[in-house]
Amino acid sequence: MHYATMKKIAGLVLWAASLAASAAAFEDSMAQRTLACTGCHGPQGKSGPDGYYPRLAGKPAGYLYNQLRNIQDGRRHYALMEGLLAPLSDAYLHEIADYFSALDIAYPPPNPAVADPKVIARGQTLARQGDAALQLPACTQCHGNALMGVQPSTPALLGLPRDYLNAQLGGWQTGQRKAQAPDCMADIARRLSDADVHAVTSWLASQTVPQPSKAAAVRPALAAVSKAIVCGSAP
Amino acid sequence: MTAISANPWTSRALRTTVLVLAVALLWAFWGADAWHERDVSAVPTGAAAITPQALVQEGAYLARIGNCAVCHTTPGGEPFAGGREIDTPFGAVPSSNITPDPEHGIGQWSADDFWRAMHFGKSRDGHRLSPAFPYTSYTHVSRADSDALLAYLQSLPPSRRANEPSKLTWPFNTQAALAVWRALYFWPASNAPKESSASVPPDTQRGAYLVQGLGHCAECHGARSPLGGLRSGKEFAGAVLPGTPWHAPSLRNTAEAGATSVEDSMRLLQTGTTALQSASSQGVAQGPMAEVVLHGSQYLRENDARSIALYLQTLVPAAPAQSQASATDLAAAKADPRAAKLYEGHCAACHGKEGQGQPGAYPALAGNRAVLMARPNNAVLSVQFGGFAPATAGNPRPYGMPPFLLTLNDADVAAVLSHVRSSWGNHAAAVTELEVQQIRRLQAAH
Repeated sequence: MHYATMKKIAGLVLWAASLAASAAAFEDSMAQRTLACTGCHGPQGKSGPDGYYPRLAGKPAGYLYNQLRNIQDGRRHYALMEGLLAPLSDAYLHEIADYFSALDIAYPPPNPAVADPKVIARGQTLARQGDAALQLPACTQCHGNALMGVQPSTPALLGLPRDYLNAQLGGWQTGQRKAQAPDCMADIARRLSDADVHAVTSWLASQTVPQPSKAAAVRPALAAVSKAIVCGSAP
Repeated sequence: MTAISANPWTSRALRTTVLVLAVALLWAFWGADAWHERDVSAVPTGAAAITPQALVQEGAYLARIGNCAVCHTTPGGEPFAGGREIDTPFGAVPSSNITPDPEHGIGQWSADDFWRAMHFGKSRDGHRLSPAFPYTSYTHVSRADSDALLAYLQSLPPSRRANEPSKLTWPFNTQAALAVWRALYFWPASNAPKESSASVPPDTQRGAYLVQGLGHCAECHGARSPLGGLRSGKEFAGAVLPGTPWHAPSLRNTAEAGATSVEDSMRLLQTGTTALQSASSQGVAQGPMAEVVLHGSQYLRENDARSIALYLQTLVPAAPAQSQASATDLAAAKADPRAAKLYEGHCAACHGKEGQGQPGAYPALAGNRAVLMARPNNAVLSVQFGGFAPATAGNPRPYGMPPFLLTLNDADVAAVLSHVRSSWGNHAAAVTELEVQQIRRLQAAH
């Protein structure tokens, strides 16, 4: 085949491909309606390009809805989200939460832990057993044995970037992030030292997300130290 | 030695004259205030005509379309318990608790007390209220509607939330300043029932009553003097909202938000968008107007929505004054190849290669009034901060625009908007990087 003909064909193929890409067909779908969300939270709500915007896909619907309401009602602060959510109705917030919750999308492999093995071990202990002396329940107590959350309102702790986890615990300690009263997570976060925050987030962020990755249906039986925990957002 | 101090008599006389004049002026302002109120209880209440339940029901409707709860509620707070800060150029004014709590709310207020606040802008104890509570508009509300509103508010659960003092700076936080301000900018509406003018149809009159009174549209859409008073004759001329970069477009100019048809005005107020049924119309309630539609105007009764739309039609005599770009502006915007690329990469997927939009979902940008207004504020805000149309009963699942604040810098936003404003038959002036930066900073500080 002549070089010129090949070039022509290649050009045509490229042109057709670019046409297909630019004319992504419009469809009346929730994916289309929520482009304002996935612009930052990543395609299908997988998580954002810089690893800070948290994943939305597959999280319990009650948890996602609570966060949307928390932002609307000033318990959680992020100016861009506050502006976007202000004109939305309760019914639509539920629909958006249900939509992202139902998405079943594979998690990326975790970043390897960089902290000292002793720190990682302390993190694992905190997550799996808690620390009775500090009146700290295990993370698994509320977030499920697999730490992938519990229906309907408790989120997964695995599959999240360490920066994001650190920012949330810090937010709870300072009151920047709140949940519906009684705010159980604020109480727990305030009992964590900086070293313990570092330990537990280092361990959590380095764990591989199990398959299947869905939230557990029910909470594990409560240990004595956890009995006193009352959560307004996950009764 | 100056001439004045050389002659003590002249100096003293001057000082005395100034003092006497100032006292006389203040007395006159005070007197005018008192004179306005001479017949506060002489106005017959309309309450006796209907049952208490019907009165509460009517009051609930009026409170809703007047959007009382939006200002009188903090986000996530108890409804009508106040505390939301209203921005003014002279400091923030927190709204007050208007639940029936006897100590912190208006539980002890009589219908006369409430009427005095609505009509004369004075509190139960007689002190002048800040016009952040827009009694400049509410003075047009009838006594019957005022009574219905109070009946509804008194039916709410009481809240113990205590009111906070205003954050107005001196001298704007004084009663004397308010007396002066009121003498300059506040005219209580006549108490006498208005002669119904034969030339104005009753539904248009009803529309005027709602727009000028409870709807308090002029409070955002009206131009203000440097002292914050609404400029007479400019009530619907368009203005930038105090403390925000949002531009409340002119209701008198069809190049801005001037009514183009009764149907479009009704759709915008009732559903938040005009684009659902009409491919040629692209109006979407944005920013503060989205709140007005979400919490208020979507609940307008059909008759009231139509009446308002009919009145809005009467406001547009002015010739369109669309932003006219100079030939050089347009040439510069057209010549920027980066701008076309930015549009292609970030905007075209939804708004179309030719700015044609997607009917029912994404507004066309060709010929879009919100994009082409002389003040580019709202277009800049849409690009930077994204947004949804209000989720109303008529448009319950709106499409959203993502924020580009973290993707496009100020120069990019200026370039892409200049491109949009000068393409596909659009002829508006270019947007500068400086304008974009100022709008972004004001919104971030808000």
